[in-house]
Amino acid sequence: MRIDSRERFDAAVSEALAGREGHKTEILVCCGTGCLANGSQKVAEAFAQEVEKRGLEAGVGLFTKKTGCHGFCEKGPLVVLQPSGVLYTKVEPRHVPDILDKTVAKGELIPRLLYKDPTTKKPVERYAEVPFYKNQTRIAMRNIGKIDPADLGDALAHGAYAGLAKALFGMTPEQVIAEVESSGLRGRGGAGFVTARKWKAARKAQGERKFLLCNGDEGDPGAFKDRSIMEGDPHSVLEGMVIGAYAVSAHEGYIYVRDEYPLAVVHLTLAMEQARQAGLLGRDILGTGFDFDICVSRGGGAFVCGESSALMRSLEGKTGEPRQKYVHATERGLFDCPTVLNNVETWADVGAIIQNGGAWFAAMGTERSKGTKAFSLVGKVKNTGLIELPMGTTLRHIIYDIGGGILGDRPFKAVQTGGPSGGCLPESHLDDPVDYEKLTEAGSMMGSGGMIVMDDRTCMVDVARYFLRFLVEESCGKCVPCREGLKQMLAIYDDLVAGRGRPGDIERIERLSAGMQLGSLCELGKSAPNPVLSTLRYFREEYLAHIEQKACPAGICRDLTAYEIVESCEGCGVCLKACPAEAIAGEKKALHVIHQGKCISCGACYEVCPTDAIRFFPKAELAPAAAASRGGAS
Amino acid sequence: MIEQSCAPMPPLEEILERYPREEASLIQVLQDVHRAYNYLPCDVLAKVSESLGVPLAKVFSVSTFYKAFSLTPQGKVIIRVCTGTACHIRGATQLIDEARRLLEIAPGETTPDMGFTLKTVNCVGACAMAPVLIVGEKVHGNTKPAKVAKALGVEERHHAH
Repeated sequence: MRIDSRERFDAAVSEALAGREGHKTEILVCCGTGCLANGSQKVAEAFAQEVEKRGLEAGVGLFTKKTGCHGFCEKGPLVVLQPSGVLYTKVEPRHVPDILDKTVAKGELIPRLLYKDPTTKKPVERYAEVPFYKNQTRIAMRNIGKIDPADLGDALAHGAYAGLAKALFGMTPEQVIAEVESSGLRGRGGAGFVTARKWKAARKAQGERKFLLCNGDEGDPGAFKDRSIMEGDPHSVLEGMVIGAYAVSAHEGYIYVRDEYPLAVVHLTLAMEQARQAGLLGRDILGTGFDFDICVSRGGGAFVCGESSALMRSLEGKTGEPRQKYVHATERGLFDCPTVLNNVETWADVGAIIQNGGAWFAAMGTERSKGTKAFSLVGKVKNTGLIELPMGTTLRHIIYDIGGGILGDRPFKAVQTGGPSGGCLPESHLDDPVDYEKLTEAGSMMGSGGMIVMDDRTCMVDVARYFLRFLVEESCGKCVPCREGLKQMLAIYDDLVAGRGRPGDIERIERLSAGMQLGSLCELGKSAPNPVLSTLRYFREEYLAHIEQKACPAGICRDLTAYEIVESCEGCGVCLKACPAEAIAGEKKALHVIHQGKCISCGACYEVCPTDAIRFFPKAELAPAAAASRGGAS
Repeated sequence: MIEQSCAPMPPLEEILERYPREEASLIQVLQDVHRAYNYLPCDVLAKVSESLGVPLAKVFSVSTFYKAFSLTPQGKVIIRVCTGTACHIRGATQLIDEARRLLEIAPGETTPDMGFTLKTVNCVGACAMAPVLIVGEKVHGNTKPAKVAKALGVEERHHAH
């Protein structure tokens, strides 16, 4: 049915809701990229088969659906039963008959599939009681994990396109912009530009064609919120874009999706087809006479294309090199036409803001950063996954209450935010409220919401070098300070981690950084030294250890680290099996020994030892004979 | 329209039919060519240049700028080791080392029998299961070096030395 009036829209929603009334129990199987990799497709199939075999669908109103990412990828495949809200983790096809027989039929829980709180060690029965979920406020991700992204009816039943209907049937474009302005919404891609200001400028701009773009080129390593939104609730993105197009009166749009996200392309394309058929996208949207259509464009795999002007060049079929921005994209952007570009998450927020009002959104957050923000909490933290929280939440709350603390209860060392343009914040900043300004003041940035937690086994010199290598590969090569500066900086870091650091290296790094900040054209070049400068600011002593003692305090830099087995070894043989270099020898139940000549210092043994009987120490302390034999072996 | 990857691969003419003959179509055309031919053959690039009216030098520039494109034939199975930040601090380097050892090729290279191409990729957005190894389309999460051989479907490593 094509929706062409307010009445028809309400009827479509009622119909979608009525269709669900027969579902006494809904079995939600997470089919996000994470759970799929853990085999959730087979779990979903097993449910479908068993339900059919037992004729349950008709009898008890059982309904299985595949949803987008629930965010708790660590524990996947996840299965949620509604309306009871029971959450089962790490479900395998063989568990399916039990779930149907016990939980669905009799309401009995299966303890071994329940999530166990890592702190209290007690099983948690309901989805909403798991600390990981309990502490979240989801707006951009409001329907992810609840709806089947391939089913428009399911999305409508969960409130999708209600904001669009409200805007198109009852608001002028100016009122839409005013509502977004009062929400205080700022760009969720990282820089935090005020969304309404962009829209106003684009509305005013003259031009026959105007474009509306969605930046889904989520390139920051360690961030995957946009992927999950596009995969799990593509309709929220489409709804926001149509509202935005109405506000600035644009008729053509593009969603630029990262090449590495094939499932997002499939789900977006399907959602667009369904929305077009329903009259929610394309010509004469909702019968109001407003036209707007969208193309999905796959990126070519270049990090720099996440930068707005580079992204537009890429859409034009060119190499993605940024240009100077003395003329704003809202005046001359894609194909030299007025263009509005917003991030996936920003677009996903828009529908909810129109539906609930700007004041509702602005009531959350801090003075200048309003609403909620999605983060991917990853790295050495117990509960890794995708979260959404009000702005202003402290890092400590995020890492310890939601993340459950550090893996293996090791000491916290740093949290990296903002990707290659961001920085590493130490323990002294754990109580900082997370918002655009506070993160920038601390020498990092919001970026696209990647939060990578690091423990004491992370070398900060190595982390800075990691980002430099990333940026050397990804620099578009247009400006000399970025292209050559990064290379020279990386050469210094290669020396640092190999024990060839010299006095004066730190000063050289700082001088190069200043040059890049001053001389690069785009924000990527200007912010490229951030990971370097923030690690220098907070972890300078670690740099000095690499230079002066030729030691890596975290035991990560291989050329500086040696391992040995101490007397508490029980001879279990786990390390022997884990060693890729066959450098460990020892009889069962007897002290094992590492052959220093063969050891490649990879640390695999250290990670697996159940009795903490392996110790690392600076290689410089090895007896000269052993060191020499190592030299020969490498 | 999105073709499923299992659909039969159309030849160049068919790919060119799908898009307007203008510069803006270049990247989309090259992506489809890459999927159909498994790399960007030089003679095909020349035809793309002619057909879209984009100078060959520009086609070449775009082909080398974007990571999604390769000018040399790729192996039957592409192995991608994610080197995103989360994977890096959870041991991506060890996975690369192990894959190198097993296949005897460096990242970016293809085995002589054209069986495998080893690549690194800057984050596939599966950070919660770091470190991640992708063999063809199959994503392997929380991978340990000892699991790489099985994931690749190659024999247990042989210690030559």
